[in-house]
Amino acid sequence: MDLFLAYQSLIAFVGINGLLALSVYATLCCGQLSLANAGFMAIGAYTGALITQHARGVPFVAVLAASALLPAIIAVPLGLPVLRLRGVFLAIATIGFGEMVRLFFVNWDYTNGALGLVAIPQRTHLWTIFLALAGALYLLGRLRGSRAGYALEAIREDETAARTMGIDTTAHKLAMFVLGAAIAGVAGALEAHLTFMVAPSGYGFGRVVDMLVQAVVGGTAAFFGPVIGAAFLTVLPEVLREAGARLGFAPGPFRLFLNGAILLVVILFLPNGLVSLLRRRRAA
Amino acid sequence: MGQQALNGVFVGSIYALFAVGYTLVFGVLDILNLAHQAVFMLAAFAALLLVADAHLPLWAAMPLAVLFAGLLGILLERLAFRPLRGRADSNISGLISSLAMGTVFEAIALQIFGPDTSRFPHGTFPDRLIRIGGASASLLQLCIIAISVVLMALLTLLLARTRLGRQIRAVAESPRAARILGVNVDRVIAAAFFISSSLGGAAGVLFALAFNSISPDVGRSVELKGLAVIILGGMGSIPGAVIAGFALGLIEVFTVAGFGSSYRDAVSFAVLFVVLLARPRGLLGQAAAREA
Repeated sequence: MDLFLAYQSLIAFVGINGLLALSVYATLCCGQLSLANAGFMAIGAYTGALITQHARGVPFVAVLAASALLPAIIAVPLGLPVLRLRGVFLAIATIGFGEMVRLFFVNWDYTNGALGLVAIPQRTHLWTIFLALAGALYLLGRLRGSRAGYALEAIREDETAARTMGIDTTAHKLAMFVLGAAIAGVAGALEAHLTFMVAPSGYGFGRVVDMLVQAVVGGTAAFFGPVIGAAFLTVLPEVLREAGARLGFAPGPFRLFLNGAILLVVILFLPNGLVSLLRRRRAA
Repeated sequence: MGQQALNGVFVGSIYALFAVGYTLVFGVLDILNLAHQAVFMLAAFAALLLVADAHLPLWAAMPLAVLFAGLLGILLERLAFRPLRGRADSNISGLISSLAMGTVFEAIALQIFGPDTSRFPHGTFPDRLIRIGGASASLLQLCIIAISVVLMALLTLLLARTRLGRQIRAVAESPRAARILGVNVDRVIAAAFFISSSLGGAAGVLFALAFNSISPDVGRSVELKGLAVIILGGMGSIPGAVIAGFALGLIEVFTVAGFGSSYRDAVSFAVLFVVLLARPRGLLGQAAAREA
């Protein structure tokens, strides 16, 4: 029990990072590399924090719903033009969107600009996080093997061919983009009510890179892969921190270094992520 | 007005130099090298070390830092790009692996130099103001513009006139055809990375001198400007990147003059968005059916 208390915040971050990795997976599973999710997360976090601070009576479920809804609504007019772009171009356009969101909050006086909002009441509990994670996993898991799931796989393999077969590629891609935005928004609100604060610096390019790293390291061939990657990369730096400190590494650079090095090793030697290790063992 | 234009050209020359390296690799490999900004940053730190700790004069430190950046480029290609060659999704996995290398580079800089801003020692470059018409510029600014323009002209000459330049263009057109014609494709790609990263490194050193501040995250903001520049100029087009670099510098300076400095960074993203949605191939890019 003591162990559990000591690692409570670590466990909470495993859940939140898992949600964020899933939000990147939502578009990645139909072959679209979108890096807008730190922006959606910021919108969700600010929405949740502002509601909690200004309308005290609103139940937390409603706050989370609003934090999912607003990014999802914004994702529709953004996604319609942007999802026409492919590959690298989509990545660049969504990086641009993420930065614009960050700059918007930096320049918005109502939320104290670059300082952000502080003293947000703590309303997130471990069970809220893991309930949300379970919900997202259930949704994405149900998708596999469904008609829509097959359509997404077809789009990932060859978009032109999928369209020729009569799949509405735009609608499918947009739906996943919106779903990813909603998941990222919820994760943002959960984090804001866990750490008591939101600030634009927490939602920069580095944040979305973290999400992508976790999703790719876990593996995007299975819907639970991103959660495994998030757990692995959240826990590993903590486990190795002592060893890193003994080697003379400061914790910040050490975590960054591990992230980069592990991502490189995975993409070179395990293109389907950590999940493929599980598969291999089962097959043997 | 003249002053603003001069400032715009000055900022633009650094953006252009940075983006030319970006677009060179994209033209050859169709891969976005997201570690380019980390090379930019490490070259700036290398120059700082050479000047502040090894007490070299700037004219000696800068070429060494640029050479170091070029070697980093070769390392990058070996570790993050060559192993992925021939994989079906290499333009996405290459983007991710370059992101990984960039993160590793950044972590190393953060470990060695810490998160705070480092500065060149006082008097690294003589402080002198020069008046041109109604505008005034520092000698440093003029040197930076001159160095960028010379480097970009050299690159254009190299690509147009030399054997290596022809080989780079051949590989950009079709690696397979180039190989059949006897071009050593791996060597040419390595050379393109060396050139691209040296230019990125030169931009890093000039940027650090111009604003006299270097920190491990200095590449991040320039990276996004660089993306806006190569999109505006047309992916893979070197003259496009040069024109777009100067254009972005000018647009930025005039926006700040007109609307205030909080909109400085929003400009590049607005440009990026509008171009991607209205004309994805940019100013001088070829109509690429494969991407947009």
